[in-house]
Amino acid sequence: MKFINEFRDAELGKSLIARIRQRSTKPARLMEFCGSHTVSIAKSGLRQLLPPNITMLSGPGCPVCVTANADLDKAIALAELPDVIITTFGDMMKVPASRSSLQRVKAEGRDIRIVYSTLDAIEIARSNPKRPVIFIGVGFETTAPTVAASVLQAQQQGINNYYVLSLHKLCPPVVKALLDSVEVKIDGLICPGHVSAIIGSRPYEFIPRDYGIACVISGFEPLDILQCVDMLVAQVESGQPKVEIAYRRGVKPEGNRIALELMDKVFEVCDGNWRGIGVVPGSGLRLRKEYRRYDAEKNFGIKPGRPLEPKGCICGDVLRAVKTPLDCKLFRKVCNPEHPIGPCMVSSEGTCAAYFQYGEGYGR
Amino acid sequence: MCLAIPAKVKSINGTEAEVEVGGVSRKASIMLTPEAKVGDYVLLHTGYAINVVDEEEAQETLKIFQEIAEAEERESPS
Repeated sequence: MKFINEFRDAELGKSLIARIRQRSTKPARLMEFCGSHTVSIAKSGLRQLLPPNITMLSGPGCPVCVTANADLDKAIALAELPDVIITTFGDMMKVPASRSSLQRVKAEGRDIRIVYSTLDAIEIARSNPKRPVIFIGVGFETTAPTVAASVLQAQQQGINNYYVLSLHKLCPPVVKALLDSVEVKIDGLICPGHVSAIIGSRPYEFIPRDYGIACVISGFEPLDILQCVDMLVAQVESGQPKVEIAYRRGVKPEGNRIALELMDKVFEVCDGNWRGIGVVPGSGLRLRKEYRRYDAEKNFGIKPGRPLEPKGCICGDVLRAVKTPLDCKLFRKVCNPEHPIGPCMVSSEGTCAAYFQYGEGYGR
Repeated sequence: MCLAIPAKVKSINGTEAEVEVGGVSRKASIMLTPEAKVGDYVLLHTGYAINVVDEEEAQETLKIFQEIAEAEERESPS
């Protein structure tokens, strides 16, 4: 078993869809939080196969997309400092900040390197001891422990020219903010599988308890998502919301204790600035005082200037699931993957990119 | 961005492992999953194994799918 193709079987998928069609009678608005789920749903065409009483919404689960311009501008300002090497995941390169993008400042001659892992960033720091190497730390609870690991590695190995710009964000607090805003009405949440691999199932327990919303943690293959929808439908039909794990091969109720400890050792919770949502209390991570020497923001005096938003772009509304890309006047016209105006078109996991790539939402 | 793919552990040296994804070998850190053993599948995310894939649970899930398929067939024979 390789844990991929087994979960893509079309015949098993058909029977899961038949069962969902049979069992689902009430209107159910289901939100997938995670960008990887958005892509998987779009790619496999699941939205079109579900009965019409089930509405699928995309949430703010693409870390690149939810990074506010004010924070992107910090990355650009750091990139423009003399001698600095910026290391970043590839998704961040094309995202337009207020006045530029990492790709553009790279074209202007700055040293910006795409890395697959913080392990690569550490290696670059080791080979360039005289130059500051800054990693742009974007990502949710899945990624933050790997960045924490890199800071500890730098400390253990005496690598003193490694820095992190921590723009990490936490998922449960933003779900709470979305639900409190009462802008979006949902009946069920497809909880992010790999965030949950780290945090487990317990941090979601307030959602059924306080908001009466069904929660199922899902894997990422088409059968995983269908199983999750089937379990959410069962909860919605019975009127008994709770937190369940469908993705049992990847998620334990307690999460990954070691990763959580590492994350807590290096980072502390702070407010997070989300595009389209604003500042959400307790939804960000910053380096603890003990690790201040690795904190890019604290060690380099940058003045990124006032953030500007692109005219006409509705990424913020798309991220809050109050609009879809089809409601955007720019979508497919001036905004496309070659020339993205907003971040949801840039990231491969952005809702606009998924709609563009797979023709999502048409005829429905 | 929270993409993680199942990768098979081929060898382990301290917190470093050699893993195989789709026939390609690469280095990975098992700092977050010290329980990983050679032969296990791990969920690989940006060079780090974030969990060991639970094969028993995977078999159990596939069994549930099979049972749903059989039940559906009984209810709507074509």
